[in-house]
Amino acid sequence: MIRTAAAVLRKDLRIEWRTKEAVPAMALFTVTVYVLFHFGLDRDSLDGELASGVLWVTLLLAAVIGVTRLFAAEREQGGLDAFLLAPVDRTALFVYLVALEIVAVPAFAVLLLGPDFLDSLPELLAILLLADIGLAAVGALVSALAAETRARELIVPLLLLPLVVPLLIGAASATEPLFRAGGQPEDLGRYLTLLGGYDLIFLLISLAVFDFLLDD
Amino acid sequence: MAEPAIALEGLERRYGERVALHGVTLHLPRGATLAVLGPNGAGKTTLLRVLATLLRPHAGQAAVLGSPLPGDGWKVRGRVGYLGHDPLLYRDLSGRENLAYQARLHGVEPERVEERLGAVGLGRRADDPVRDLSKGMVQRLAVARATLHDPDLLLLDEPRANLDPAAVEALEPLIGRASGKARVLVSHDVEGALAEADLALGLRGGGQAFCSPASEVDAKAARELYA
Repeated sequence: MIRTAAAVLRKDLRIEWRTKEAVPAMALFTVTVYVLFHFGLDRDSLDGELASGVLWVTLLLAAVIGVTRLFAAEREQGGLDAFLLAPVDRTALFVYLVALEIVAVPAFAVLLLGPDFLDSLPELLAILLLADIGLAAVGALVSALAAETRARELIVPLLLLPLVVPLLIGAASATEPLFRAGGQPEDLGRYLTLLGGYDLIFLLISLAVFDFLLDD
Repeated sequence: MAEPAIALEGLERRYGERVALHGVTLHLPRGATLAVLGPNGAGKTTLLRVLATLLRPHAGQAAVLGSPLPGDGWKVRGRVGYLGHDPLLYRDLSGRENLAYQARLHGVEPERVEERLGAVGLGRRADDPVRDLSKGMVQRLAVARATLHDPDLLLLDEPRANLDPAAVEALEPLIGRASGKARVLVSHDVEGALAEADLALGLRGGGQAFCSPASEVDAKAARELYA
């Protein structure tokens, strides 16, 4: 399975390197939304719940773009059929998609976080990681669900955003105390448990149904 | 006695309410060729996709290479070579990169990639992106992809489309009768298909119009399918 996931990853990185479609789009979108928040809120710096909300909403919307682009080459160029014809464990595609998103989403979080948060970096990274895994699991599931639909750009946010509401609540609530002046974590264990539980549930659901979703 | 390459009994496949294929019954021995004839929308491509395990049968029974579908579809994957309307190649990758990717998925040794590129006459253009190749070259590359893993059953939808006579001759060992594989050949060239087939299946409106030994099928009568 790992060998298959690595083969798909290598292929997709090569295509992305040539086409430069998904990564620049996500980066530009992230920066644009952040700038819009900056001017819309008319503040030089953000802290507390506002900073937490801006971070997670921006990451979530960037993830929507990423999820929409997942499978794009497969769908548009017929690669999914070629993959389905191969004698490989189809769950490898799910593993690959999750791995890709786990790497991509925190990369964009780095764009949003300033140096003020270095003190609480370990806690922040733990929250980001757990939220990221959940987002990746749901994102891979939704991208597979929407892969063969015509209105994919509409269906992805319609399916994804409601599903990640619990994740958003947990992640935003966990990061909010860290973004206050001299921020110390509050109830971090409770929120990490919530995020971990969410991850576990959606990883299990995704692993159980992913093969079926790829099937006709 | 060896299991037939394909065994179908009353095969049916729907798209929503629309019945795309129904009542298809046939047995194709190993190493034999089935010609599938019929007008556009008759269900030829649907049949190929069911046999390739890309679509599930909705009723009836289907077994490919001895494995019942859809239950044992995983046993069939990797043993069929599917050449459909779409080449199933990434336009932004070169021919060599496409085949190397397929080789990794199928667990085929990398040397086979160079061998297939040579066999389809694309050695010199192997590093060009697929989008820069002509339709004929893309078709050659698609043949290389479909046969890369040395499948036991070839599912061929108009395999000679866009090919010049030299290419048709060059690809004969891979997809022609000379390949020695069981083949399902979809073609609008009625005479040509009947000439190289052992069994002929006529489809009309998703239903089976006839299924007979190809030598017993009159080409003129077969052409009435298209009327």
